[in-house]
This record gives sequence, structure tokens and C-alpha cells, in this order.
Amino acid sequence: MSSLYDEVTPTPPSDVPTRRVTIDVNGEPRTVDVEPRLLLAHLLRQGLKMTGTHTGCDTTNCGACTVLFDGRPIKSCTMLAVQADGHSVETVEGLASASELHPIQEGFKQEHGLHCGFCTPGMMLAAKALLEENPNPTEDEVRWALSGNLCRCTGYQNIVKSVLWAAEKMRAESN
Amino acid sequence: MYPSRFGYEAPKSIEEAIGYLTAGAGEAKILAGGQSLVPMLKLRFAAPEMLVDINSIPGLDYINIGADGSIRIGALVRHEDIERSEELKTAQPTLAAAAHLVADPIVRTRGTFVGSVCHADPQGDWAAAMTALGGHIVVQGPKGKREIAMKDFVLGPFQNALAFNEIAIEAVIPAPQGTPVGSYLKLERRVGDFATASVAVALNIQGGNVVRAGIALAGVGGRTIDATEAASVLVGKPLSEDSILAAAEAVAAAAEPRTDHRGSSDYKRQIVKTFVSRILTGIANSEQKVA
Amino acid sequence: MALDEIKIGGMGASRRRVEDNRFIRGKGNYVDDIVLPGMLHMEILRSPMAHARIKSIDVSAAWEVPGVRLVLTGEMMAARNLAWMPTLSYDTQAVLATDKVRFQGQEVAAVIADDPYIAKDACQKIVVEYEALPVIVNPFQAMEASSELIRDDKENQPTNKIFDWEIGDKEGTDKAFAAADHVSKLELHYPRSHPSPMETCGSIADFNRATGKLTVYMTSQAPHIVRAAVAMVAELPEHMIRIVSPDLGGGFGNKVPIYPGYVISILASILTERPVKWIEDKTGNLISTGFGRDVYLKGELALRKDGKILGVRMNTISDHGAFYADAQPSKFKIGLMHSTFAAYDIPVAHLTSTGYYTNKAPGGVAYRCSFRVTEAMFFQERMVQAAADDLGIDQAEIRRMNFVKDDDFPHRTAFGFLTDSGQYEKCLNIGLEAIGYSTFKAEQEEARKRGRLLGIGISTMTEPLGAGNSKEYDILGIKMFDSAELRVHMSGKAILRTGAMNQGQGHQTTWAQIVAHELGIPADDVTVEEGDTDTAPFGMGTYASRSTPVAGAAVAMVSRKIRAKARKIAAHLLEVSEEDIEWELGRFYVRSNHERGVTIQDCAMAAYSNLPDGMEPGLENNAYYDPPNLTWPFACYIAKVEIDPETGVWDVLQFVAVDDCGVRINPMVVEGQIMGGLTEAYAMSSMQYQTYDEEGNCIGSNYMDYLLPTAWETPGFELYEVVTPCPHHPIGAKGIGECATVGGPAAFVNAVMDALKHTGVRNIDMPMMPNRVYEALQTGKDISGMPPVRSGD
Repeated sequence: MSSLYDEVTPTPPSDVPTRRVTIDVNGEPRTVDVEPRLLLAHLLRQGLKMTGTHTGCDTTNCGACTVLFDGRPIKSCTMLAVQADGHSVETVEGLASASELHPIQEGFKQEHGLHCGFCTPGMMLAAKALLEENPNPTEDEVRWALSGNLCRCTGYQNIVKSVLWAAEKMRAESN
Repeated sequence: MYPSRFGYEAPKSIEEAIGYLTAGAGEAKILAGGQSLVPMLKLRFAAPEMLVDINSIPGLDYINIGADGSIRIGALVRHEDIERSEELKTAQPTLAAAAHLVADPIVRTRGTFVGSVCHADPQGDWAAAMTALGGHIVVQGPKGKREIAMKDFVLGPFQNALAFNEIAIEAVIPAPQGTPVGSYLKLERRVGDFATASVAVALNIQGGNVVRAGIALAGVGGRTIDATEAASVLVGKPLSEDSILAAAEAVAAAAEPRTDHRGSSDYKRQIVKTFVSRILTGIANSEQKVA
Repeated sequence: MALDEIKIGGMGASRRRVEDNRFIRGKGNYVDDIVLPGMLHMEILRSPMAHARIKSIDVSAAWEVPGVRLVLTGEMMAARNLAWMPTLSYDTQAVLATDKVRFQGQEVAAVIADDPYIAKDACQKIVVEYEALPVIVNPFQAMEASSELIRDDKENQPTNKIFDWEIGDKEGTDKAFAAADHVSKLELHYPRSHPSPMETCGSIADFNRATGKLTVYMTSQAPHIVRAAVAMVAELPEHMIRIVSPDLGGGFGNKVPIYPGYVISILASILTERPVKWIEDKTGNLISTGFGRDVYLKGELALRKDGKILGVRMNTISDHGAFYADAQPSKFKIGLMHSTFAAYDIPVAHLTSTGYYTNKAPGGVAYRCSFRVTEAMFFQERMVQAAADDLGIDQAEIRRMNFVKDDDFPHRTAFGFLTDSGQYEKCLNIGLEAIGYSTFKAEQEEARKRGRLLGIGISTMTEPLGAGNSKEYDILGIKMFDSAELRVHMSGKAILRTGAMNQGQGHQTTWAQIVAHELGIPADDVTVEEGDTDTAPFGMGTYASRSTPVAGAAVAMVSRKIRAKARKIAAHLLEVSEEDIEWELGRFYVRSNHERGVTIQDCAMAAYSNLPDGMEPGLENNAYYDPPNLTWPFACYIAKVEIDPETGVWDVLQFVAVDDCGVRINPMVVEGQIMGGLTEAYAMSSMQYQTYDEEGNCIGSNYMDYLLPTAWETPGFELYEVVTPCPHHPIGAKGIGECATVGGPAAFVNAVMDALKHTGVRNIDMPMMPNRVYEALQTGKDISGMPPVRSGD
């Protein structure tokens, strides 16, 4: 068991109540003690040291912190870590296998779907949720599904192409 | 952005949850989807002493459509559950039309229908839809359940009629007389923006005549605006160009918009009028096709 | 036997980006990803008031919070002579307020604690007593004689005026206007906008008492400038300061200035002797850091009746916030505003500018533009449109008539710039063809009869990218050159470092392509590093589209130095004289015998193992490139829109972009930059702006109010390419990162104006939100200034 704040609070004040939670993160059960107010995004980043999940705004708009929660995309800055007890979370770190990139990751590289890379993990997870339900989306469907994730660099056009590239590859693979 | 400290409980039953609320004596808040509450905690606009997380309570995620067409929506039904429900598309077109306009697609996976109604945001989509539909909220407290009609449920901006130890457990939309038709239009500057103005229209049509006309508005007043009275010009006859125009004008007059950075009060009235007219015209056109 | 340049990832290859490999795996390394042992966390308390005297600050309750290590106030900063710091425009800025607060969001105190939650808890316990002062939220209030003096901290600052500045030929311009057939006039406001990169600003300061060395990981687009400034402010020598910019989550000019948070974190680390991390929240970023625009533009064009422009008169009144902290070359008080009308052959022009302090956030950064070029080009293209409409001349024709012609380069502009090259009319023609201009007028007429409002807007522009040259361009006295250092290992692989600083532009990928082009070393064999002042050569950083024009040129030049040495080694290896050696990509050969040759890799090995007598070993060098001129890309952007007359909502039906940025190193990356830039142009024209209510509250302080378009609203873009190589750049390239943001907005606005032309409306200031478009359509009147602010709910 890792302690949540062994990085952030070496000596957490002892009178602060914590709760023990077990979360399946990228297929691996992780048990940690968390303060109720700790946001899931911060648990992932600081406690579990998976910094691929980014926090871009404070108001649940930007989607940089998007992860899959029991398979559906959520903004992990808008969920408490305690709420994830007993649930599964998939982050960008879980996308690729040891040897292979996920087609969505490949698509983003092939179609230049990122510049600074800050929104990319959230975009890719939102895209994954879309493609799992709709393997053959139209351009409009992709734009709509990604409209909860902001990007400042790309103008989205290449992000859309990246997702369509991945969709095609995933369809080819499943045939 | 970091919330203040609070206590946290995740009860397994409604009764247990009510117990925590009672013990909290007004300082405890319900956490359902959290898509409005958690941002407020992060911005420290809200700092409750206790959060009562109802997400672990089983059996609250139902959408039940009765044989009579009445609809019951449990407290843990998410926006996207409404959006994805094939049955609701025909059973309740107003809800279906509004569902994909609520917040953004990621927020919709988590935010709840009932929670959104409880939030009583004057710009909220679901409070407007429920008002147009003439629905009510079933709430449960220490003394049992009671029903609160939408018009009595939303008291003002971000104020609802719940007592501190009551939980809204379901939203109920009464059975339609005849065929339920309707739609929802919203002017937003971009996905996820709050409404500049939105219009929910819910009609019941029987034998070609409008037998019930519910219209409600969001974004054009200090609370959800119930324009059903203004829409009464539609009742008792088929939709016509004249009745549509009269209703659009009456509903626009019922709006209470204020001038702000989203537009002048006149502009917002214009949007209301336009949207009422567009929805009703759309219904009239599709009715003609059916007939 | 020359290598295939595309195959080795050289110039012109749409090489897939090297940096993507880490970003798509979530393995980027942004400043908030860095954790140092024993690190503390800092949170800043900001002023809720826009203008107020600080009567008292009580921090005692904050100290009581368990886990708090340090609480800093302006008084404590002042005791160490750190309460104020210099800005990039020779002004001063408060680090932590001492006397009064001058804008909402100004830094008042800071808490350093074991974790950021605790730091925030303690911040809330600080009690500040303010005495409200009158608030000034625009330059017109600031210029009133009776207005409250904002900068009472400064000597010789009796009013709120910062500068009066002018350039051009007043007398000649007056004469041109006197002789004109017609004078077109237009007044515009370019609203305040925030670059708002997805990642906010932040730093981790790590002062090591034992070594005396200060390391700062931070979000800076210009780490070497920061080092110079920190050396000044903290009075530490440069070799004791290491600034590291890790991966940046976007910059767009926002991460050029030096912010109080950085300085406070440095002092906090010195005092606690622990690393101190400060990560700004989104509101802090939006309400306190470098913004763009906020300029009132007044213009007049002297015209001959056939549309020929005889002279330009321009006046700007600019709002710089509470501190004059513009990031721009020192000589130019209002940036490169005088680049306006550079694409047009006009005889004479005159610009007057006045800048004011207001109770708003300081800044005035080059938000995805080369120092106010965005305002300059917007002004130009809106003026030309108005002139065309006033005279009843076709909007394409008036541009064609006034363009600088292809054979007229280099061309000295009326304001004295020297534009280098271009094929303006060709770009315009490609754009017109793509949008279907020839049939549009009929289509527009026909649509109008059916109640539909269609419009086409053209924007053409050239802009000065790539400051210096060093004679004219400096920041705080430091000349604006740039640098590259190349080390070729004995295997022929290499490491390249530059003084630029990537923030998404793909330097890791494209710089290696220049090396591949010059040396034939495959791009995959070249590592690129930037951002660490201990290892990178001194450079001025990345902003104002200067990387390729300046640092990119340095990469070519250092590669050529390496090639020159390798040629001598090749001659030695081939046992011929250097004059008998020829070069083809990746290989030297004997002129008389193409078969006899050595590769660049052979030369690299020999540089460490088999040198000619007397030659210095190794194959490394550096280059400092001082550009002879700015580069002048050209673009033609055309938007076709439809307005819903009942709601004022306008949709983009088609958008065509024709860009000529000279030779393209990596076409894929160039196109990415163009699409990104167009999206910010669309954002500013449609929804993205900041305004302030009369109390100085910022409207646009988070993403609920400060609207950035999503994938859903953002239109699709059709891209076209023209290549006019830059004559003075070693690889013929010109800047591109910002052209679309600079030129794009006028295309959208002109299109909406075109759709409304029949109503007599000549102008709607940005953002063209539906309510403003509707109001213009209803009233037939122009919509000027900022949208009204919230009425208190």
C-alpha cells in the first residue's frame, strides 16, 4: 500500500481523517488513504505519480484531466478520490501495452493531432470512449464527442483526423 | 484549486443518507453527480462541513416509463442516460431534445438529471424542461416522502424547496393526454456555455388539437420561467400560424431577461420568440406529415 | 548516391514528430509533473479589489495552520529589496503589494506549506484591510484630468499616461489627405484577449545553500531572458542561476514575461532552503498575467476615386493595465504597430500612439503575434474593406490595385520597414478561386432575396517576423539574435541545442530536419535540446514567430560550419586538395570521380580518430545568427459566412487559407500552426475576450466566462500553399506560427460586414457575438466598444 501524500505531505496532520480506498487503476488495484477533499486528478498525479493526467482549469471546462471511470469519460478534477473507491479508472498511462501503442495514440502522431501535448491525454481518452461505442463515426460525431475537451494549439482539425485514422485502423484490426 | 476540508459519508440507503443530513443540521450537502458542486468546492464558493455521497445507494438509476406514458427518473440517472435512451426519444421528445445540450459530453456522463433540477440554476436546462412538462419531484425526509410540483420546487436562483434533511429521490413526468410532442432549443455561444436563452416546449396533442401546452424558459430571469400560462393560447385547437405567433409573443413577454454581456433584454426576448416559433412550427410541420 | 532528403527527414518532409512519443504516452514533463525531494507548495493570495490602499495585512492566523512553513507579504519582500521588479518595458511591477493594489488579482501575500491544499487553507486566513480607491477601467477614464493617479509609487509620473509616441511623415500625410478624392474613416476597438495556454504558469525554485546555486524550473518561453532578469533582481551572478523550461503546455506569448509568482517562489526557496513549487490556478493566470490587444484604433485612408491608397493616418490609444509590462523590442512603444499596410504600396503614412495605465492586469504581450502586428493587420484589412465599400469598389480589386508587386522587392514601406519578397496577387487569386468568388455575388443576391444573409470576407497581410536585426531590436538592452550549438559524435549522430524554446511548435522535430538538410545526417540521428540555460547557448527564446527566422537560421549556419570542417577532413581522407571536393547530400566526393567519396559519418569518425595534421579535434561548433532583416510571410484568408437574421448567429460556411511562409521545413507542422492560429482568430472574432465592470472586476476570469471554442464550433479550414523563398534567410524560410492569428480575425469580421452591407452597418467590434450582430442588423448602426458587462446578478 502506498501512502497518498508521501510526496506532498511527508507528515500529514494526524487529526485529519482519511479514508482507505481501493481503486483499479489501469488494471491494477491501488489502495491508498485519502483525505475526502482530495480530487481524483490529484490522487492520480501526486499520490500515484501518474502525471499524464493534466489539470488545465478549475471549472470543469477544459477536459485535460479526462480519464475513463468504469469505461466512461469523466473529468477527474471534478470527482473526489474517495468516490472512486471500488471503481476502475483508466488513464493515458494505460492506453499503450508494453509493446504497442493504442491506435488512437498512433493516430494522434500520424495526423499531427497535438502540438504542446497538454490536452492530448484527455482528448485521447474521450476519443477512446467514443470509438468503443461508435467504431465508424462521422467527422461531426467526432467533433461533438470531443466538445468537452479544449485545445489551444491545433484548431481541432487534425485531432478529428487523428480519431478518424484510429477508427479506421481499429475497424481493420477487428475484421 | 483545492476544496476546503469536509467530512464524507457514502451511505448505502436513502434512510442512512437522511440520517447524515439530519445529523449535519444544515451543514451537510448531498453529492450526486457533483458537476456543479465540486467546481464550487474547488473555487471555495461552497464549504459544507459534510458531503453525503449518494452514488453508492442502489436502485436510483432507473428511467421508468409507465404504460400510461408517465416517466419516473431516479436520482442517479445521468444526463447521458437520458441522451442515450431510445425509449425517451418517442416517449418524451422534450427531454430527448434537451439531453444533448446539457453542459458538455464529458460532464453528461456524470452529472445527474435530478441533481441538476435541484441545483435550480436559472440557466439550467432540466429545470426548464421539467417545468414545461408539468413534472414534480419526489422528496424523502425523516418523515417519509412528499411530492413537490416543479412550480413550487424552484424558489429562486440556486434555491429549491428541499428541507435540509430531505433528498430528491426521483423526478416524475405525468402521463400525457394524447401524444407528447415538443422540443428544446438553447442559444449558447459554445458547447458548455450557460444559456443566453433556452426554450422548452412540451405539448400534448389529441385528435389534432393541442390539449396541453407547457413552455418554460431558462437564462431569461432570476429563476426558471414557467410560461405555461402564456402558452395557453395554443390549447384547444390545432397549431396554426396565428396561434404559433400569438404563443411566441406571449411567451416572450413572460420572460424576465436582464441585459448583460450575453445580450440585451430585448435580444433575449427575441431569441425566446424565435425559438418558440421554430419549435412550434417544426411540430406543426411534422404533424402535417403524420396526418 | 546522394541521399533522398525526404527519406532522411530533411527539408520538406512531413516528418512525424519526435516529441509526440512522450506526449501520447502521458510522459511529457511539464513543470507541475516535477517533484523534488522535500518540496513545499506555494499559493498566492490575490487582491479582490481593483484599486485600493492596503491599510493592514494580518497573517497571524495563516501561520497557525498546521503544515504552513512560511507566509510572505510585501513588507517582507521590501525588507529584501524584492517588493518591486523591473518589467520588460523599463517599468516596475509590484511583486507583492506594499502600498496599494492596482488591479484585481494583484499578488498580496503568499503561503508556503507542505501541500497545496494547506497553502490554500492558510491563504484564506489572511486578513487584509483595504481602503477602496476610484477605479479606472479604460484609457478614456485614465486620461481625464481628474482621474485618480494609479502609479503614485513612481517619480515624475504626474498622470496616468505612459507614453506618447509617433512615427511616419506627418506633413507628407497631411498633404496626401488634402489631395485625396475621398477619405475613409473607421474607429475600431481590438478587445483585450488572453493567450490562455492550457497550462498555466508555474515554477519550482530550488536554492541550494551548500553550493549557492539557484535552479528554477519554470514555464518560460525565454529562459535566458529570465536568467538575466533574475540576476538583476536577486543579485546573483549568472553562473549561480540555472533556469530550466521543461515541456510547456502552450505559451502564445503568455509565458514571455517574468511574473511575481516566479520571484516569490525564489525568495521562498532561499528562506526555507527547500524547493518551492508554485502552480498558478486558471483564474490567477487569466486575471494577472500577460494579455494581448486592448487597443482603440482610429484610422483614415486618403483615397483616389479609383481606390488607390494615397496615405494612411492611424492613431492608437492603448490600455496597458497597472504596470507597463509589454514584452516587446525596447525601441517601439506600441510594438510593431507601424507594420500596418506593409503589403500595400502606399506613399506616405503617419501613426500616433498614446498608452495609459488602468486598474487592469498588466501585460500587452505578443499574443500569438509579433508585437502588436495583430492589431496592425486587423486595422489594415478592416480599413481596406471600409474603403472598398465606401467607394463601391470590389473588395478583391482594391487589394490587387494597391498590393506591392512581385518585382518590387525589397520594398520600403511608408513606415520604413523593408519587406523582402512575396507573390501577393497570386495568393489572392488562389484564395478567390477556392472560395468561388466569381460566382459569389450572384449567389449572395439570390440568397438575400430569400432572406438569407451571406458574406465573404477577405484578409490579406504580410507581417514582420523574426526580430532582430540587433541594430533595431533589443529587449532590456539585450540584442535580439539567436543561437545554435551542434555537436557531431564520432558515430555521426549529433546533439543540437538552440536558444529558442519550444512550446508545441515541434522544434525537436524540425530543427533536426535542418541539420539533415545541411549535413545529410538523418533527422532521427539528431537529438534536439532547448530550455536549460546551463546547457543551451544564449538565445532570446520563442515568441513573435522568431524561432525559424532566427534560431532556425542559426541551426543552418552552425551546420554549415560543421560541413566546412568536415570538407577539410574529407579532403584529408580522400587524399585530394579541398578544392577538388564536391558535396552532395550526406557525402563528399572527388570532383573527377563521383564514386570516390566519404560520408559525413566517415568525416565525423575521422574528426575523433584520423585528423589532418594540425587540425583541432572534434566536430562541434556554434553559431550566433543576427538576421539582416525580418522575414515577411504573406497570407490571404477568406471566410464565407451566413448570418441567421432572427438570432444574429453566424456560421462559417467555408474558410480558405493561402499561406506563403517561404520554404517549408515540415509541411505537416506548418499546416498545424496555420490551423491553430486560425482557430484563435475565430475565437477572438466570435467569443473570446476579457472585459471589466466599472469596479474593475474581470469578466473572463475562468473558462465559464472566458470562452474558448471547442471542436464543435471551430470551422474546418482549407489550406493552400505558395512558396516565395525568403531571400536573406539561409534556408529561405519565413515565420509562420502566428500569421493566421494575425490575419484571420479580419476575414471573419469582413465576411459578417459583407453580409450586412445592405444595411449600412460598417463595423461591429469583436467579439461578434450573436446579440451584437442581431442588434446591428436591426438598427443598421455600428456596434462599437466592449459588450456591456454583467448587471450585477
